[in-house]
Amino acid sequence: MSVLVVVECADGEVKKSSLEVASYGAQVAAQLGTTATAIAVGEANEANLAKLGEQGITKVLFDAEPRLKDFVNNAYTKLIATAAEQEQAKIIVLANSNIGAAVGSRLSVRLKASLATNVVELPKTDGGQFTVKRGAFSGKAFSDVVLSGDRKIIAVKKNSTEAKHDAGKTAEVTSFAAQLSDADFADAPTQVVMQDQAGGILLPEAELVVSGGRGMKGPENWNLIEDLAKALGAATACSKPVSDVDWRPHHEHVGQTGITISPNLYIACGISGAIQHLAGVNSSKVIVVINKDPEAPFFKAADYGIVGDVFDVLPKLTAAVKALN
Amino acid sequence: MKFLVCISNVPDTTTKIAFTPDNKEFNKAGVQFVINPWDEYALTRAIELKEAAGSGTVTVLNVGEADTEPNIRKALAIGADDAIRVNAAPQDAYFVAEQIAAVAKEGAYDVILMGKESIDYNGFQVHGMVGEMLGIPTVAPAMKLDMSGNTATLEREIEGGKEIVTVNTPFVASCQQPMCEPRIPNMRGIMTARTKPLKVVPAVGEPARTTVAEYALPPKKQGVKLIDAENAGELIKLLRNEAKVI
Repeated sequence: MSVLVVVECADGEVKKSSLEVASYGAQVAAQLGTTATAIAVGEANEANLAKLGEQGITKVLFDAEPRLKDFVNNAYTKLIATAAEQEQAKIIVLANSNIGAAVGSRLSVRLKASLATNVVELPKTDGGQFTVKRGAFSGKAFSDVVLSGDRKIIAVKKNSTEAKHDAGKTAEVTSFAAQLSDADFADAPTQVVMQDQAGGILLPEAELVVSGGRGMKGPENWNLIEDLAKALGAATACSKPVSDVDWRPHHEHVGQTGITISPNLYIACGISGAIQHLAGVNSSKVIVVINKDPEAPFFKAADYGIVGDVFDVLPKLTAAVKALN
Repeated sequence: MKFLVCISNVPDTTTKIAFTPDNKEFNKAGVQFVINPWDEYALTRAIELKEAAGSGTVTVLNVGEADTEPNIRKALAIGADDAIRVNAAPQDAYFVAEQIAAVAKEGAYDVILMGKESIDYNGFQVHGMVGEMLGIPTVAPAMKLDMSGNTATLEREIEGGKEIVTVNTPFVASCQQPMCEPRIPNMRGIMTARTKPLKVVPAVGEPARTTVAEYALPPKKQGVKLIDAENAGELIKLLRNEAKVI
């Protein structure tokens, strides 16, 4: 009986969302009076894996199979299922990422486990029931979900829980072989294409986000958004109309039918705040709205607002950030 | 090529979400239901691929009670050939996946498509569960899908990029933009949809594994603090010293 945590790595680093997941898993293990073991996927580095001790992980399983560097649904599913059997894991925790959801859903069938995705809080285990709170209705609501059965899988929403850092603690890294065969890699990608990220910050994991809407008037004005984002160390995003007309790529579209994000700070520039857009961002901790229309509905959902022309306001904000640093 | 497109019946995206007084159920009063927007990509792409190949069938599948039939007819009007409704309220992702897997097996479909997730439950689970139940690959979420004979080439979104994946039929894919421009029904489609076959079948399988105990709305904001546009730099100071987010 233990908690198994799936940690995603890229370029040798553990992803930020996986640090959150590791910390979450360790806290669940403490609730249940057991320990948390991690299994690494992606391009991992043993020294960085050992540092997962800071998040409360006791042991890390690491399969050095080189083909695990890229995401392969079948191979990852088998690797994690094998680790879960070896560790007799009753709870598996992973990130609510594209990888986590793809693997978690297959694992739930293979391991006969109940599954909750988009989870935003630690579970409640009182009264013999295992209940998790998750986001529903595309950010417009939450639901408390009871997971049945003796095996459970939890996919934790990014930026919804904080990764703890207990400096200096290390985890034991153990080699692990899931005995994967060529057949397990049959659905391996033939090619992997990475985008140029603004400042290397991935939008789904970003703590600070600067976002633009139709009020920006055209893609040629996006330098104003990018300048502020760069000064802040923020990722850039956009509203649906903007990605629909290809001013910005689809992966930047936040909203009900785009991605939902929960950064510490969301700055909306020239976005009116339609209900579909609010759904994607309303779990942001602080929302700033800049719009020349004082009646824009977004002001009702904002913490701070500036009624003004984004073309005047944005350069002033960028200058103020630069002055501060 | 036999396409099976799974559609979900969800509240329109403009819906203001509210629950019954005990917070146990979604309050459907006055709510307009639509085809899940993500599923529209799956439906339109299946029709496009059928048209390009010049042969094949597109079957739509919905797990739901009789009140979902207007949206099933809409899918037929958009261009699907026939429809199956599994007559049961969708209890959870596992339950729905069981129904889809049973229908897919029975009808020996080659390509099983659905949206990335439903905009109400937001499970992002059904595609993987169906693939695992049938022992076939799942590609999720797919931004592009092309077919050549029995081989499909897909672009799968990953955090920060994309993967090109090639799979042979049968397979499952969950769809999202920019796969295609979702179609809307035309008058001829609406007329012909009325007579297209819609089969109702009973539910199968094990009961749900998860149950919703209670719903809640997000906490309300305290109200906006306005900063004068002339003095915009003041905002940055507030974000550092008051909100402490930068």
